[in-house]
Amino acid sequence: MRIGRRGIILPGILLAVFFAGYVLYPFLQTALASVHVDGRLSLGHYRELFDPGNSANLEAVANSVMVSILSVVASAVAGVFLAFVVTQFNFTGRRTLSRLAVMPIALPPLVGVIAFLFVFGESGILPRLFQILLGLERPPLFLEGIPAIVVIHAYSFHIYFYLLVSEALRRMDGSLLEAAEILGSRPWRTFRRIVLPHLRPALVGGSVLAFMASMASFSAPYLFAGGRRFITLQIFTTKLNGELDLAAAQSVMLLAVSLGFFVIFNVLGRDAGGRGGSKGVSRPKALRLPRVVRRICIMLAVVLVAIEMLPMLVIVLVSFAQEGSWTSQLFPSAYTIENYRALVSDPDVLSPFGNSLLMGVLTVCAALVIGVSGAYVLEKGGLRRGKLFVDTLLTSPYAIPGTVVAVGLILSFNRPSLLSGNAVLVGTFWILPLAYLIRTYPLVVRSTAAALAQIDDSLLEAGQSLGAGAWRRFRRIILPLLIPGILSGCLLAMIAAVGEFVSSILLYAYSSRPISVEILAQLRTFNFGAASASCVLLLLMILGIVALTNVVAGRSAPRDLFLSN
Amino acid sequence: MAFLSLRKLTKEFAGKAAVREASLEIPRGEFFSILGPSGCGKTTLLRMIAGFELPTSGSIVLNGNDVTSHAAQDRGIGMVFQNYALFPHMTVFENVAFGLQTQKKSVQEIAERVERILDAVRLREKTRLSVTTLSGGEQQRVAVARALVVEPSVLLLDEPLSNLDVALRLQTREEIRSLQRKTGITTVYVTHDQSEAMSLSDRIAVMNAGCVEQVGTPAEMYESPASPFVARFLGGANILRVAGSIAIPPEITVRGGDGLRVAVKPECISLLEKPAPGGPTCVIEEKEYLGFTTNFVIRVSSDRVRATMVSSEFSRRLKPGDEVGYAVDWSRSTAFPGGSP
Repeated sequence: MRIGRRGIILPGILLAVFFAGYVLYPFLQTALASVHVDGRLSLGHYRELFDPGNSANLEAVANSVMVSILSVVASAVAGVFLAFVVTQFNFTGRRTLSRLAVMPIALPPLVGVIAFLFVFGESGILPRLFQILLGLERPPLFLEGIPAIVVIHAYSFHIYFYLLVSEALRRMDGSLLEAAEILGSRPWRTFRRIVLPHLRPALVGGSVLAFMASMASFSAPYLFAGGRRFITLQIFTTKLNGELDLAAAQSVMLLAVSLGFFVIFNVLGRDAGGRGGSKGVSRPKALRLPRVVRRICIMLAVVLVAIEMLPMLVIVLVSFAQEGSWTSQLFPSAYTIENYRALVSDPDVLSPFGNSLLMGVLTVCAALVIGVSGAYVLEKGGLRRGKLFVDTLLTSPYAIPGTVVAVGLILSFNRPSLLSGNAVLVGTFWILPLAYLIRTYPLVVRSTAAALAQIDDSLLEAGQSLGAGAWRRFRRIILPLLIPGILSGCLLAMIAAVGEFVSSILLYAYSSRPISVEILAQLRTFNFGAASASCVLLLLMILGIVALTNVVAGRSAPRDLFLSN
Repeated sequence: MAFLSLRKLTKEFAGKAAVREASLEIPRGEFFSILGPSGCGKTTLLRMIAGFELPTSGSIVLNGNDVTSHAAQDRGIGMVFQNYALFPHMTVFENVAFGLQTQKKSVQEIAERVERILDAVRLREKTRLSVTTLSGGEQQRVAVARALVVEPSVLLLDEPLSNLDVALRLQTREEIRSLQRKTGITTVYVTHDQSEAMSLSDRIAVMNAGCVEQVGTPAEMYESPASPFVARFLGGANILRVAGSIAIPPEITVRGGDGLRVAVKPECISLLEKPAPGGPTCVIEEKEYLGFTTNFVIRVSSDRVRATMVSSEFSRRLKPGDEVGYAVDWSRSTAFPGGSP
């Protein structure tokens, strides 16, 4: 597409100002603060971090990295397995299974963690069930500490593998498998030599996403870590202790580890193998496996998806529990709709929902402008060599842990500046949507850029040869083809914003507290019923947004376009 | 005065010339083909006419107006793309109506004209369907209808048949020709298929490596090619190096120094059932039976030469390895001086 250089200038400037002011500047502030002790330039904080005598921080980093690696492995096993069953086997209920399998993507991290606590925690339903069945004093087995965190991570992050791998399998040319077969290859060899290399980009992509998400994870360690240290928790407690400079140094450390992996994986994943180039209709084809093996795989997949559903069901159940009715029993003993009535009638309880919704809308509006500008500059800005660099730069905030974003914003906007409209943003309502925006606009960039790349130049030339000017081409051809992509990006940004917890917990003020913070407060007072009711309402809200988007876009369930790069 | 004239058009990409000083004069109503192998610059030339590429130098004059620097949307030229470039989010009707809507025609006029053109391309019943549900041939016809409905001054077609299967290609070819005759629209057709160009065109330009090698009617091009390249590309001619001199009757006698090349069409070489005694002989290397005709590859001293004859009792008897007499009809051959073949 040929657009005059002028068409790039406005979005380019907008993007540059935004990126410099709200991504780079907070990062620089963080880096600066980390090398200051009591206002003087010093490496004291880093000396403290690496002090062999006080290994708390190093231990935290080591724990985080270890848990992240375990989480990647667990997520990969579950995600790849599900992807295989859903794409390779034909059985009744396959479509339902594939729909259900992606449900956790709409689940805010905090809600997932709480649901897990109710099902698998020390006083959760399943451990108690076993305790009662076996007649024991204590639950024989329950999830806590590192295994719990890894399982929760696998629960949330296997979706990355599932989506990427099933997409790759669907795109795989069936004739490749037939060619291997006719050359005498057995299923296992075909899998190893043909399928696995084909899946490599998907596996690399899934690994980087799962790793980054695990490193940045806050909710799971926060509720399950026991006494163990994790880097995100360290930053949180340091900040609560008022040692902002040390928190900054810890943030730099976390960021360095995370971004290091992000860049390495990004470079590794780019040389994706060629797409199937066969002409005509490519027939997807399954590996030929013995019937028994297929049966077992399908059963396992069904069990896995059922386990995925369990936490959501339990949270709905608990939301009807009467306050104080669930202490040592298997299930809550008394049920009521009081929790929901309180939600609707108590303005103090309901106001967080208003806050989150409003902040979500603000976030999406801003992400729309920034994200579409970014995609436009990226795809149509005439970038050649610099494209990979700009792409990586623009989408990098997605890889910045929420904790780090929050620390950066606190350090940058705790005094009036031009960037904050000459106001102190810390402690106000506005700093929350700003944090959400920084964390979510890359989703819109990604999805829009993907859609933009699909628009063949010849379509615009056809429009041009039919007499359509630039504006008309944009309105009649580009925009309609782009809207589904933009919408799916906005949807993901909205879901992430309304359920956001990690930055919120560091940034909120009581009057501007979002749902997640309110849920945590209810949990803290052992008000499980009320907390669950809030979770359910949040989920309903998200489902409503998804449904609304689908109506507008006229498309089936959204997929994470950030993943289908 | 030609309706569309291209004057010394040159297009360079990164310093490399894709089209070099191409000049063409196309009168109103002509069906004109640009023929050449892939990479010869024919599509670039077409895109310059359409207005998608700005020439590095030279000018384009359409109906007396210099349109070289006009934007594509202001030229009033219709184009059918190789991949059709149908708008995937629109129905057949919406695709075809797009250009008329741009011209701000009334709803009623748009409906009438779209209906008429869809009738002409036999797509009346598919009006309300999404273009993505159509077959390749139907999509191709929508693309033609969309380009024609706005009554452009010139219709450009960029290898419009290359995505169709053989049977459909022949049928569509005839349809394009009859549609062009009916509308009388000046048409520029780009293709790498010489049979398409020959069968459709009033005149053809053959391009090679960015240059126009020859312009003429199909018969002119076939009978008297201007270069060995044209002879090979259009007639599948053998280029024979001849030492000494030969007489090509009736008018020319070419004296070959050390590099005389003669283009001899396969059908000008006959294999003889009863050769004259002492006449030249060749060895048959390959045989290709095509029904009405049979193709042979024969070896004459060190040259491999293609020969075509109408299938007969005799031709059916021949098989690779046979030695057989032959004769050349030099009268329909063309000789070129020196250089490599």
